[in-house]
Amino acid sequence: MARTHPNGPRPTHMTAGRIGLYAFLVIAALFFLLPLYAMIVTSLKTMDEIRLGRIFALPETLDISAWITAWSGACMGTVCVGIRTGFWNSFAITVPSVALSVFIGAVNGYALSLWRPRGASVLFGLLMAGGLIPYQIFLYPMVRAMANIDLYNSLAGIILVHVIFGLPLVTLLFRNYFVSVPEELCKAARVDGAGFWRIFFEIMLPMAVPMIVVVSMLQFTGIWNDFLLGLVFAGRDNLPMTVQLNNIVNTTMGERTYNVNMAATILTAIVPLAIYFLSGRWFVRGIAAGAVKG
Amino acid sequence: MHTTRKRNFSATFALLPTWFAAIVVYIGTMVWSIRLSFTDSTLFPSSNYVGFAQYVKLFSSAKWLASLHNVLIFGVLYVGGCLVLGFLLAAALDRKIRFENAFRTIFLYPYAMSFVVTGLIWQWMLNPTLGIQASVRSLGWETFVLDWVVNRNMAIYALVLAGIWQGAGLVMVIALAGMRGIEAEQWKAARIDGIPVWRIYVSIILPQLGPALAAAGMLLAMGVIKTYDIVVAMTNGGPGNSTEVPAKFIMDNLFGRQNLGLATAGATVLVLSVIIAVAPFRYAMYMRNRPKGAA
Repeated sequence: MARTHPNGPRPTHMTAGRIGLYAFLVIAALFFLLPLYAMIVTSLKTMDEIRLGRIFALPETLDISAWITAWSGACMGTVCVGIRTGFWNSFAITVPSVALSVFIGAVNGYALSLWRPRGASVLFGLLMAGGLIPYQIFLYPMVRAMANIDLYNSLAGIILVHVIFGLPLVTLLFRNYFVSVPEELCKAARVDGAGFWRIFFEIMLPMAVPMIVVVSMLQFTGIWNDFLLGLVFAGRDNLPMTVQLNNIVNTTMGERTYNVNMAATILTAIVPLAIYFLSGRWFVRGIAAGAVKG
Repeated sequence: MHTTRKRNFSATFALLPTWFAAIVVYIGTMVWSIRLSFTDSTLFPSSNYVGFAQYVKLFSSAKWLASLHNVLIFGVLYVGGCLVLGFLLAAALDRKIRFENAFRTIFLYPYAMSFVVTGLIWQWMLNPTLGIQASVRSLGWETFVLDWVVNRNMAIYALVLAGIWQGAGLVMVIALAGMRGIEAEQWKAARIDGIPVWRIYVSIILPQLGPALAAAGMLLAMGVIKTYDIVVAMTNGGPGNSTEVPAKFIMDNLFGRQNLGLATAGATVLVLSVIIAVAPFRYAMYMRNRPKGAA
């Protein structure tokens, strides 16, 4: 532990206060972990075992059939193909959306902070205001407009919608990043004859790699977790995983198969959770950077 | 002058798609929706203007009024709960504890997940026949009741519980970052004066974290107005109207009930409420930043 705390070194002995402090932290940790635990053990039980009503009990035998059903056999209405189509749909939606919105965000941030063309602050203000507006006011006209250009209920359509509604956040993050770049760097490159795009691709983009990683992660989890836009714009063939998950769990007829539901829920959460657990501090940096926009 | 114009041309050109999105998509569709709210549109848009009739109808709808009432309760408790729990967690993590990284990871992970996932997890935890209630009863406490998701008086609190579970970590991260920025001198001075630790957090650190916590609260409040996924996943508005929320009311009327005029009137009210909620905050920020002379 090389980091020094502002309020002194870590105490070496336990006092009543410290015990209370750890008790609070452990209880809080249980509150945050128990739902995840209950979800995992439920997904590994048989329905007979679930009917016993012991949500926190460990499964007697590990039964992975619920996972197999969730992946490839769970029903949405009358179609029983599992959540795997949603899984691949979510990838097909998320990867291009993230790539496009990160690129456009980087260009916007760079142009708005280092070039400041006419109207730059107006555009930035519009975007920031737009980022606060609830989607519901945009939806119906957007549906009509997308239908007019034959993009409603298509993969390209939902990607376009994600890119458009992602603009405020990505632009803000990249603008804040490029604002801290010394202007002399840009000026010097310009004196050497480099233009807007050359400076962007050869100097700014390589420099902004940390921000690109942060924004990509933030956008990836955000778009993967989206429900509303996917529900409205993706169309039946491209429904993202979150929408299919909700259909599987909340529209089934007959007895609910809680083990399958929980397996499907974990499968839906697993990609953003993997990003979170693997990236740690980057994710924290991202949400902290996104939060300061207030 | 020539080079200036040229460089600005490239930058302006690069921003064209964003200009298009801002003007056509953001402003254009919003104006279109607001216009529709003054017509008698049902399944298809109509251009028969009826003044404020849709707004009158909206505010005489029991479901809309219930959804406003619900979102208000949810919003206050959810934002308040996240701020309090998040601050407490941050203060605890700030006390030089062991396994700080592990605790922080645990407190924040729900924030990485979808609201749909959160809603389904808690729907299962609170399931009255097979969830926590059944487990506690089987331990011998036969009268234990935790039936929030199916009890119309308590369902909204089930949403609050799930929401806090998901959102408290965000406040913790922001508050902890603020606490780490507090100078060691302040700590020394306060300790020399013999002020107890909890008083230091309440009276010295909390005020300094004000702006950061306000920003976090603002972020959460924006989420409250948009609350939709978690309700659909967890309770679908029920039982009765007890967890109906405005965003869901609008979606139902937009796509389920083919009631365009009413839905767009509701959406317009939502936008107005965002403006009313944000304006004082923005004004305060503006006034605070003004002396620095920033454009």
